[in-house]
Amino acid sequence: MSTTKKIAGAALVAALGVGTLSACGGGDAKDKPAGASDAPKSKTITLVSHDSFNVTDTVLKEFEQQSGYTVKVLKSGDAGAALNQEILTKGSPRGDVFFGVDNTLLSRALDNGIFTPYQAKGLDQVKPEFVLDQQHRVTPVDSGDICVNYDKAYFADKKIAPPQTLDDLTKPEYKNLLVTENAATSSPGLGFLLASVGKYGEDGWKDYWSKLKANGVEVVDGWEQAYNERFSGSAGGKKAKGDRPLVVSYASSPPVEVLYGEPQPAEAPTGVATGTCFRQVEFAGLLKGAKNEEGGKALIDFLVGKKFQEDMPLQMFVNPVIKDAKLPEVFTKHGVVVEKPETVAPDAIAKNRDQWVKAWSSLVVK
Amino acid sequence: MRDASPKAGGRATAVRFALMAVPLAFFGLFFAYPVAAIVGRGLKTDEGWQFGRIGEVLARPDIAGVLWFTTWQAFASTVLTLLVALPGAYVFARLEFPGKQLLRALVTVPFVLPTVVVGSAFLALVGRGGLLDELWGVRLDTTVWAILLAHVFFNYAVVVRTVGGLWAQLDPRQEEAARVLGAGRFAAWRRVTLPALGPAVAAASLMVFLFTFTSFGVVQILGGPSYSTLEVEVYRQTAQLLDLPTAAVLTMVQFAAVGLILAVHARTVRRREGALRLVDPAQTAHRPRGRSQRILLGGVLLSVALLIVAPLAVLVERSFDAPGGYGLGFYRALQDAGAGGGTFLVPPLEAIWNSLQYALAATAIALFVGGLAAAALTRRGGSFVRGFDALLMLPLGVSAVTVGFGFLITLDEPPLDLRTSWILVPLAQALVGVPFVVRTMLPVLRAVDGRLREAAAVLGASPLRAWREVDLPLVRRALLIAAGFAFAVSLGEFGATVFIARPDHPTLPVAVARLLGRAGEMNYGQAMALSTILMLVCAVSLLLLERLRPATTSGEF
Repeated sequence: MSTTKKIAGAALVAALGVGTLSACGGGDAKDKPAGASDAPKSKTITLVSHDSFNVTDTVLKEFEQQSGYTVKVLKSGDAGAALNQEILTKGSPRGDVFFGVDNTLLSRALDNGIFTPYQAKGLDQVKPEFVLDQQHRVTPVDSGDICVNYDKAYFADKKIAPPQTLDDLTKPEYKNLLVTENAATSSPGLGFLLASVGKYGEDGWKDYWSKLKANGVEVVDGWEQAYNERFSGSAGGKKAKGDRPLVVSYASSPPVEVLYGEPQPAEAPTGVATGTCFRQVEFAGLLKGAKNEEGGKALIDFLVGKKFQEDMPLQMFVNPVIKDAKLPEVFTKHGVVVEKPETVAPDAIAKNRDQWVKAWSSLVVK
Repeated sequence: MRDASPKAGGRATAVRFALMAVPLAFFGLFFAYPVAAIVGRGLKTDEGWQFGRIGEVLARPDIAGVLWFTTWQAFASTVLTLLVALPGAYVFARLEFPGKQLLRALVTVPFVLPTVVVGSAFLALVGRGGLLDELWGVRLDTTVWAILLAHVFFNYAVVVRTVGGLWAQLDPRQEEAARVLGAGRFAAWRRVTLPALGPAVAAASLMVFLFTFTSFGVVQILGGPSYSTLEVEVYRQTAQLLDLPTAAVLTMVQFAAVGLILAVHARTVRRREGALRLVDPAQTAHRPRGRSQRILLGGVLLSVALLIVAPLAVLVERSFDAPGGYGLGFYRALQDAGAGGGTFLVPPLEAIWNSLQYALAATAIALFVGGLAAAALTRRGGSFVRGFDALLMLPLGVSAVTVGFGFLITLDEPPLDLRTSWILVPLAQALVGVPFVVRTMLPVLRAVDGRLREAAAVLGASPLRAWREVDLPLVRRALLIAAGFAFAVSLGEFGATVFIARPDHPTLPVAVARLLGRAGEMNYGQAMALSTILMLVCAVSLLLLERLRPATTSGEF
């Protein structure tokens, strides 16, 4: 960028920004001016994440008080979009730490080299099956299962047992009952496709989807439509008169239905088909070119610390990855433990993802 | 600028360039440069430009399918919108009926509502279990009709305002004269009114075509995975697949198409500014006379009720349908961050305050930039100036994700490292607001009689004083209307905001989207309640505009 352009730009921003906009500036008083962040002891840590990131205010405040850092959070779209923005800005990142790359996208992140290796303090507490990168470029933070949910009332009314496995879904008694998401645009949609790849292998999954299609599976674009509009078991779907009693969602969706019920129901209105699950693991990493590396490391330590791990379930509806984290009661009471989720190796996903999604699209959508 | 002396001519040019400097810098820096950078990233490798990729991408059958669908649905939507909205334009222009102002504000609400909200409301009308399903068993949510009808819903106001605005000011005596001279009713309308309206109808059609050609949210929500427009495909290729070469080619194709539409539009607008005998709209409107006018009025009101009021009403109904009976339960829940277990960094109600602040800032920027641009364009110049006019409309035709991702790779050095700054939100919103400001102000500014300024100058007023005493009073109302439109549009802007909104300062549409992204009744209900509030804020600002509607403009919106 040329100097003239910079000056012109700065003058323009000043002209446009100063004065009229002072009202908006109140909340940003704690931000440092751009130059100050290059100082050796920066006090601000910037965390870049996706839209679903959340943390209880007091938990974050406690970290800030103990460490002396201020945490600024940037959210930039859904998980895929957020990661892609980090790849685009490689070398000149907007923040210090990125949280929210999952095992379906992990290879894209690692191949593009956006992270600096860092072994978190407390990594020994993390269950070893989640540590997928031995160079510690990324640190596992949470896990969750993408599973078919069912509407309990529907199956009770019809006196049919709800499906439990992927095979069940192709049976005639479940014809025209399932709604899923577009694997090309939605992360649960992709997860469900990967569950079938995990179960039937790279050669068998297409046959399975042909059967699902013959059995009347419906595909919508996003989770919101599938769950809030089409699924008959969710609060939103009940109002929208959803017509599908089976939906691809998360293992944590039933506890969430309880939590946000008003009044809270004694039992979750929905259940989980535990033989249909794909396990998703989310990671955080220190961004290459971070302005505040020390602070970023402290933040990663915090993310795998007990305090944050125990706060996560009710904030992001995911499971902790450390051994001794306690789950909240609503999870233990209304959630399920998925014993044998399907998994696919990150390398295989990286190599074949686009090709699978394309094949899936032409098979199921078109 | 009738003064022919070279010195004055030179000064006029200097003034014009001075006025255009800020808008040019604004668009160069916050639009052209980021978009060019992201397109360049897709088409340039270490071995130089890869223009061969353009042919490769366009030859792909799936891309050809997207191009074909984008074009034909835009055509179909435009024709359908005209069919439904032209009678509406007549009724709003020529007939007096109770509640007219309120209704005119109401039909404009969809235009400024974010599509996340509208998609959900529209499904409640044409989807399964929706109103049409219950009445006649008609379901449209899996067909292309849902997309077409939603486009009518969104663009109804464009036709009513553009065409109706002019229709109200056409002197009805001309048509009457034709009839006295022996022409039949239809022949008189066809020979007299239609030619006068023609350019306005063409301009409105082109705007509707532009908006539907670049349709994003509607197609994504109602079209499902089987329908995709260029804009949706650009989003998928950029944000989801990071296939920048394909995205770059598609962006360029859309850019070319939009440029063409705008060029044709600019021509029709110029023709429309030709001499027409215009009168005060208050003189042309009258109470419905005779059976046919009453039937027409009834038909228009029915179509407005079904197509526009019904989806909005469903939204409102759901926001009150709280557990344990109708009430304000969801609205009360908006006030505290800890609603039902504590999941929001800020209470959703705070999003309203954020939205208002951002929208005010965006309005200020849009007025400043757009006002200067309009002032520069008033001074008639060559084709360069006219080209600039069309240029200002281009942001309406470029995907928000292209601009947003372009920001990321260009605004990354001090003093322009704005990527994490809150000001990026109003800047991005202003990009969409400026075209509205220019289009509203320009006709009024051009209508100011230059002789008034000259008279002021002769009487010894300085140019600034002449502007203050002559131009300002005449354009004040247009300025307010432009401000209102820019405000409402920024309030509803979602595409760019979702990428850059700071999570501790979410805007209303972003907060709605976040609530819809979670399971549970309280979240869903709060999303509906927030949407209703957003709708109300938009409707109130539009209603205020109705009161300010100047008597003599034929601005477009």
